[in-house]
Amino acid sequence: MATKTLIEAIREAMDEELENDPRVFITGEDVGPRGGVFRATMGLIEKHGPERVVDSPLAELSIIAIGIGAAMADLRPICEIQFADFIHPAMNQIMNEAAKMYYRSNGTWTVPMTIRAPYGGGISGGLYHSQSLEALFAHCPGLKIVIPSTPYDAKGLLKSAIRDPNPVLFFEAKKGYRAIKGEVPDGDYTVPIGPVNVRRAGDDVTIYAYGMMAHYAVEAANMVAEQDGIAAEVVDVRTILPVDREGILESFKKTGKALIIYEDNLTMGYGAEVAAILSDEGFEYMDGPIRRLAGPDVPSVPYSHPVQEAFMPSPKKIADAIREIAEY
Amino acid sequence: MADQSVDLQANAASEQARPSDSLSPEILLEMYWYMLLSRRLDERAWILHRQGRIPFHISGMGHEACQVAAAFAINRGVDYVHPYYRDLAMCLAVGMSAEEFMLGLFGKAEDPSSGGRQMPSHFSHRKLNILSMSSPVATQVPQAAGLAFGIKYRIAQQLQDPEDETQPRLALTSLGEGSTSQGEWHEGMNWAGVHKLPFICLVENNIYAISVPMHQQMAVPNVADRAAGYGVEGIVVDGNDILASYDAMVRARDRAYSGEGPTLVEAKTYRPVPHSSDDDDRSYRSRDEVEEWKRKDPIARFQQYLLDRGILDQNKIDEYEARAKQMVNQSQSYADEAPYPEIAPSLDPSSVYAPVDK
Repeated sequence: MATKTLIEAIREAMDEELENDPRVFITGEDVGPRGGVFRATMGLIEKHGPERVVDSPLAELSIIAIGIGAAMADLRPICEIQFADFIHPAMNQIMNEAAKMYYRSNGTWTVPMTIRAPYGGGISGGLYHSQSLEALFAHCPGLKIVIPSTPYDAKGLLKSAIRDPNPVLFFEAKKGYRAIKGEVPDGDYTVPIGPVNVRRAGDDVTIYAYGMMAHYAVEAANMVAEQDGIAAEVVDVRTILPVDREGILESFKKTGKALIIYEDNLTMGYGAEVAAILSDEGFEYMDGPIRRLAGPDVPSVPYSHPVQEAFMPSPKKIADAIREIAEY
Repeated sequence: MADQSVDLQANAASEQARPSDSLSPEILLEMYWYMLLSRRLDERAWILHRQGRIPFHISGMGHEACQVAAAFAINRGVDYVHPYYRDLAMCLAVGMSAEEFMLGLFGKAEDPSSGGRQMPSHFSHRKLNILSMSSPVATQVPQAAGLAFGIKYRIAQQLQDPEDETQPRLALTSLGEGSTSQGEWHEGMNWAGVHKLPFICLVENNIYAISVPMHQQMAVPNVADRAAGYGVEGIVVDGNDILASYDAMVRARDRAYSGEGPTLVEAKTYRPVPHSSDDDDRSYRSRDEVEEWKRKDPIARFQQYLLDRGILDQNKIDEYEARAKQMVNQSQSYADEAPYPEIAPSLDPSSVYAPVDK
């Protein structure tokens, strides 16, 4: 099996789906000859042609709306939003239209579209190239939200997203595009949207994380194992919506202690839902406070380097939080 | 009051042979029938609301001519139609039944638009390729451009034979003039122009967006004036003249089918009733104005045209009226007695997702 980066795995998934299904096409800003500003679509226009890899006008709302219409015309659009931060003009089309279409038409119209968007901080992107927006969308039934952490999952989950009959938001940890490497099989396989994945086993504390933070969590878990002898289990959430309640509860039943990591703002974030599930359905297993480690409640990640670093959760901060909970 | 008069000299189509000249008496009567049925259903909906039997009605009254014209110009029930909430006459002409409209009014399970989930007149009909619309305005326009993009793509990728009349070959969307202030409209028009899509945008300009008049929506006298800015052909037509509207729509259709690109048809019309059952239009326009427009009623006008040509006579009018009344009564009874949606599946969170093929 070859070792590939996160972005290579993503590109490979799109390339293979373009190859396998003539209904699949890509649109977005600079996805054509430029190959995307992060190069996710590099080489795809040369291979599959300008009718299938389509540079869009510089207008995010229309990228999504064209995708919705094309999906209802039985195509399988992959819509790239250049940075998740730029998705807001399309909010109405995503939340009021794509997400509600199946329900509002009583199951007669479906929107099989994938929206890819790089997210997350730590790359000197400032307020508008760093945002994590999963919680905003996670309050919207009808969407599926996927945030892979490993290249293996990225390829398999993106294929599942493209084939899914529902609109799927696929957030990609841009900081990890080239930094994250892993084994990725050549050829076709899928990873199902929904179930969480235990990245690292342990009995003392459960860490819930996804995307870039899943890597930091594994790093932190290794750190406390080595330095403190604490066995932390890392649950890679992978699918934000719909929520895998059983999967989330499973590990907690064993450890009774939970730390939820996300780089999105703390308040009303994904961690609140995980904490609610654990305290409601896992109360009898609880053996300490359920903690969240997340971005502070400021609008986004500031540009200035020391402020950025202070904003972001890090393996060290996570390790400290694990120690605190483990002691409890 | 905005000037809704249309300069016929400016209408190139009117100078040449008009497509409407070749409509047979049977077709003309069918068009008349849909206008009449729509009006009588609409009137009944207002009554049902005033009786407290339905919670809401939003009307298409006064717009029947351009709507029926639009439907008759396209391949009804096959071409994509992404309408808005005033398009009762259009949807009936495309193939939706009186019962189906009534089921929506009463919020019943069999309502094909949404199974009683959406407010009435939020039309959708999968079998007729009528797309599902929401309440925020103009959202359907860029989606319709997406449908048209889909058609062009399918043909280019040989997923669809361009001559196959069982497949959609254009996307028709419609909205009011006020809704063209939305960014969604602009972005949809832009895509349609950039990609030369088989796309028709019908603007049913009734001068008012609820209460706000046209001149506070835009600084140009015609919505169609903006079409050029997108590389789209713009046509202004008297929307209360069904035959002129038909001619404009046929031109738009021919352009779409032949790959010439998108067309914006602006049909100048009027809404002689309040915006919805919750509106009171006395606060924003004079009774004189409304009365003046009632004298230009599109159904009365078309009826006179048909009478003048001996296509219609009083006996036939009475016959049509009796048939419409019976249909309205029957569809109302049917919908009134039909079951409501089951509560558990309607509120089941899993019902928001289409099942994934294993």
